[in-house]
Amino acid sequence: MTGAATSPFEGHVPVLRLGGVLLVTLQGDLYDSTAEQLQQDIGETAADSAVTGVVIDLSGVEIVDSFMGRVLSDVAAMTRLLAAQTVVAGMRPAVAITLVELGLTLPGLRTALNTEEALRLLGAEVAALPRAGRARGESP
Amino acid sequence: MPEQQVAEHETDPAEEVGAFLRRRREQIAQRWADAALFRTVYTVSRDDAVDAGRTVVEALAAVAVSGRVQDAEADGFTVVREQLARTAQARARAGATIAQISEEMDALRPPVTDLLLDELSESPAEHLRECTTALTVLMGTLRLVMLEATTIAGQELINRQRLELLEIATPVIKLWEGIVAVPLIGTLDSARSQVVMETLLDAVVEQHARIAILDITGVPTVDSLVAQHLMKTVAAARLMGAECIVSGIRPAIAQTIVHLGIDLSSVLTRASLADALAYALQQQGAHIVPNPASTVEPR
Repeated sequence: MTGAATSPFEGHVPVLRLGGVLLVTLQGDLYDSTAEQLQQDIGETAADSAVTGVVIDLSGVEIVDSFMGRVLSDVAAMTRLLAAQTVVAGMRPAVAITLVELGLTLPGLRTALNTEEALRLLGAEVAALPRAGRARGESP
Repeated sequence: MPEQQVAEHETDPAEEVGAFLRRRREQIAQRWADAALFRTVYTVSRDDAVDAGRTVVEALAAVAVSGRVQDAEADGFTVVREQLARTAQARARAGATIAQISEEMDALRPPVTDLLLDELSESPAEHLRECTTALTVLMGTLRLVMLEATTIAGQELINRQRLELLEIATPVIKLWEGIVAVPLIGTLDSARSQVVMETLLDAVVEQHARIAILDITGVPTVDSLVAQHLMKTVAAARLMGAECIVSGIRPAIAQTIVHLGIDLSSVLTRASLADALAYALQQQGAHIVPNPASTVEPR
């Protein structure tokens, strides 16, 4: 049972929900299948629960290619459609240089130095949102 | 002994020269120790000069015996290459030009030739001529090896200095908590801008900097290539979550950028480092308030 269960989870990226924020920590290589699964997971979780932000932590990623760049901008575009902000956090210098050399400057993407900074960045917007939510809650 | 000499007359002139060098190495080393090249380098003790000379003679003998008098890559030379480079460097430091060093090298030849002529005075003229030629060629090759070693050593020095300069020329300064700046001085080429980018990004990680300032006051000209490097650096810093400001844009440079049609709209720019710092502090939520106790009149 465990043996059968571990193989589909190999390379599976967990999506953690912390209040209104989804935290995704990428580590090591990102394979095509894992990336697709991840996009699906983020999309479903963001749609199901009221998520205002997605933080993608890249501090454990040392090697990137154009595919990774596309995955990041796809996730950002997708979450924007679901009314959530995506923040990429903790990108290493080598990774940033590689992405720039590849011509992927990811213009639509928000970035932060680390996850804490990313949560603070989202928190500023979350703080603005609840007022609308409370107003909506108070009106009936 | 005479039999041996007769036997040697039959051998190859290069090998004979090799054997001669081995036999007379002490004498040659003693004579070379008085030559300008060794005398000026080994000033501390004459014995050192003799030792150095002996090593060179042995190397020459090994090369001659192997019959490769014309080959600067001969195995025998590898032993002395470093020593020759050091000697030449010492001379160069003392102000000698390459031509002078070469001349001093050439001055090593006559003492050896004299010895050879003495030793082979009994030999037939034909044989004598061949041996002298072999020796001359061998000394010429030694000269080539020395000059080559000198050039390589010089090249290595230049390369090392260039690397050092790259590192020295890109200091990252912490201006405030979370604000770092890189004052760029001199021409920005691809190699330098790569170093700038790397050091800046590393500093962003280390200092948890939210704002990085690239000051180009010291960059004499900005062309499309430099602008591209700047934009790359800015984009990379942004990917890491830091905001990047380019400051120190002089009016002439602003004009050039507009003339070249470079679109720097994606880059936040300020005229001076002070303006950039003021903006950065404002972003950080810090405000600079003049001290009322200060006697300096505000402008």
